[in-house]
Amino acid sequence: MQTEPAANVIIESAAPARQTSEARRIFRVMFSRWIVAVGAFIIIAIILVVIFAPLVAPYNPNKQALEIRLQQPTREHVLGTDELGRDVLSRVIFGTRISLMVGLLVISIASLIGMSLGILAGYFGRWTNNVIMRITDAMMSLPPLVLALAIATAIGGGLKGVILSLGIAMVPGYCRLMCGQVLSIKEDDYITGARSLGARDSRVMLRHILPNAFPPLLVLLTLTIGSAILSEAGLSFLGIGVEPGTATWGSMVSDGYKYLFTNPLLSFAPGIAITLTVLSFNMVGDGLRDALDPRLRGTL
Amino acid sequence: MASYIVRRLLLGIIVLFLVTIIIFLLIQIIPGDPAITMLGPQASKEQLEDMRKQLWLDRSLPVQYEHWLSGALHFRFGTSIYHENIATAIITRLPITLYYSLIALVLGSLLGITAGIICAVKRGSFLDSLITFFANFGISVPVFWLGALGIYYFGLKLTWLPIQGYTSPFDNFWLSIKHAIMPIICLAIPAVAALARQTRSSMLEVLRRDYIRTARSKGLLEKIVITKHALKNALIPVVTLLGLQLGFLFGGSVLVERVFNIPGMGRFLVQGATNKDVPVVQACTLVIALAVVLVNLAVDISYGWFDPRIHYD
Repeated sequence: MQTEPAANVIIESAAPARQTSEARRIFRVMFSRWIVAVGAFIIIAIILVVIFAPLVAPYNPNKQALEIRLQQPTREHVLGTDELGRDVLSRVIFGTRISLMVGLLVISIASLIGMSLGILAGYFGRWTNNVIMRITDAMMSLPPLVLALAIATAIGGGLKGVILSLGIAMVPGYCRLMCGQVLSIKEDDYITGARSLGARDSRVMLRHILPNAFPPLLVLLTLTIGSAILSEAGLSFLGIGVEPGTATWGSMVSDGYKYLFTNPLLSFAPGIAITLTVLSFNMVGDGLRDALDPRLRGTL
Repeated sequence: MASYIVRRLLLGIIVLFLVTIIIFLLIQIIPGDPAITMLGPQASKEQLEDMRKQLWLDRSLPVQYEHWLSGALHFRFGTSIYHENIATAIITRLPITLYYSLIALVLGSLLGITAGIICAVKRGSFLDSLITFFANFGISVPVFWLGALGIYYFGLKLTWLPIQGYTSPFDNFWLSIKHAIMPIICLAIPAVAALARQTRSSMLEVLRRDYIRTARSKGLLEKIVITKHALKNALIPVVTLLGLQLGFLFGGSVLVERVFNIPGMGRFLVQGATNKDVPVVQACTLVIALAVVLVNLAVDISYGWFDPRIHYD
């Protein structure tokens, strides 16, 4: 009986050490490619820009000054001014806020609904699985942008409508991934153990399955935030859900088309911002995947 | 084999049936009165009444669905708010979108798969890094921005290519090619990128396997090991992605057709969405879903050729 506490002590002291070395391994594998590190650096920079937009931006993004409309880049206006004399750099900076906010909200909606449905489908199997997965198949037969466009047409409501539509359109990916994860985890011994100890279904799902299915979900979250930002830019380029006056990257590219010959920066600058942001999230997602679950390479 | 195809067909029909329900429900989730949403607040009482009748909004939900579905099955979608016959519009526009998308798909798979193989075989080389970088760029870049770059450099600065528009190859072959180059490249770049990434990673996965080592150790030429032993196995996930890519290409068409002013399905869909013309949006999404389901069906059935381990029974 006396050895028992001693064994506990060892386990407890070993656990944090193992955790830090695991964290260190993840960190090392993740940033072993320089491009992942660059991506992470850019994301941190973007987050800082989002927080401090009013301080970073040289001008109010909506302040019109028709006397200086369509100016080429000058020292005062580094990226020039648009058709209403608004500072392009300031508009790109404030556009970061919308893009990032939309990206985060879209993946929150998609992952919450998708994970819940996926966990139910995988755990209960049979007809629950059949019903949920067939609906998922049906939604997947529509490209996300088309599905989001269709939903946004019906619900309307500006930016809120766009967020909701993209969120719903991205549910199937999460649902599929979660369902697959649950199906494999469900067979593990510790789940059987938890059940035989009398754990209720809800407890097994939330306490035992969810944490173990988390790594690939984290990867999917990072990778889909990029596609959410890209899709939002696409919808705002098409003029769907754009509130007049608000600077969104997609609508800026679209507005700039009229002046492409004389002022190409109007379209080019926000486009570079979109590409850089999406690329950074994709690179960090790739790095996370290599570190957390290299088997997923190619599937996510 | 036959029973597998039948089962797969049945599954496809179920999925399509669910798609019709989802698309039909679009008009139901419109907050408030769909007729007012579609016609605008200044519409007269008679116009609103006509619209409600046309959409069968005064009937019960199952009756509405049955009416809509039987119309769709006979390829009757009613008229748009511009009194244009939706089915006729789709018949004239769909070939344009298919023409561009399919060329982009063929181009994308040829270039993407080749690039992916090169990366995997020459793993770690400069070429691998270069292609991988461009592939990552390709999946991150907005196609409507690529369009802006193309129009600026090749259309406005160098004046090599027309900046917008569409010409049928049957009317003026040379001009039609000039019109098609930029949109097809814009559509193809994301497809090339996605397929290159997928091919690279699944080739790397396969090249680690024991049977590749066996093939090499029995003295086969590296060329044969790659093409006959590795490629066929590595292509399975690539073919799956190929099926999905057609859907993404349709998604891309929505943007590209707007950029280059091409009178295809994508533009019709956007026009419908901008006008809140729900029947147009419903019809376009249904046709796109049908195309995607059919292609994925073909993909699933083609697996047997790629993977001899899959038996259809």
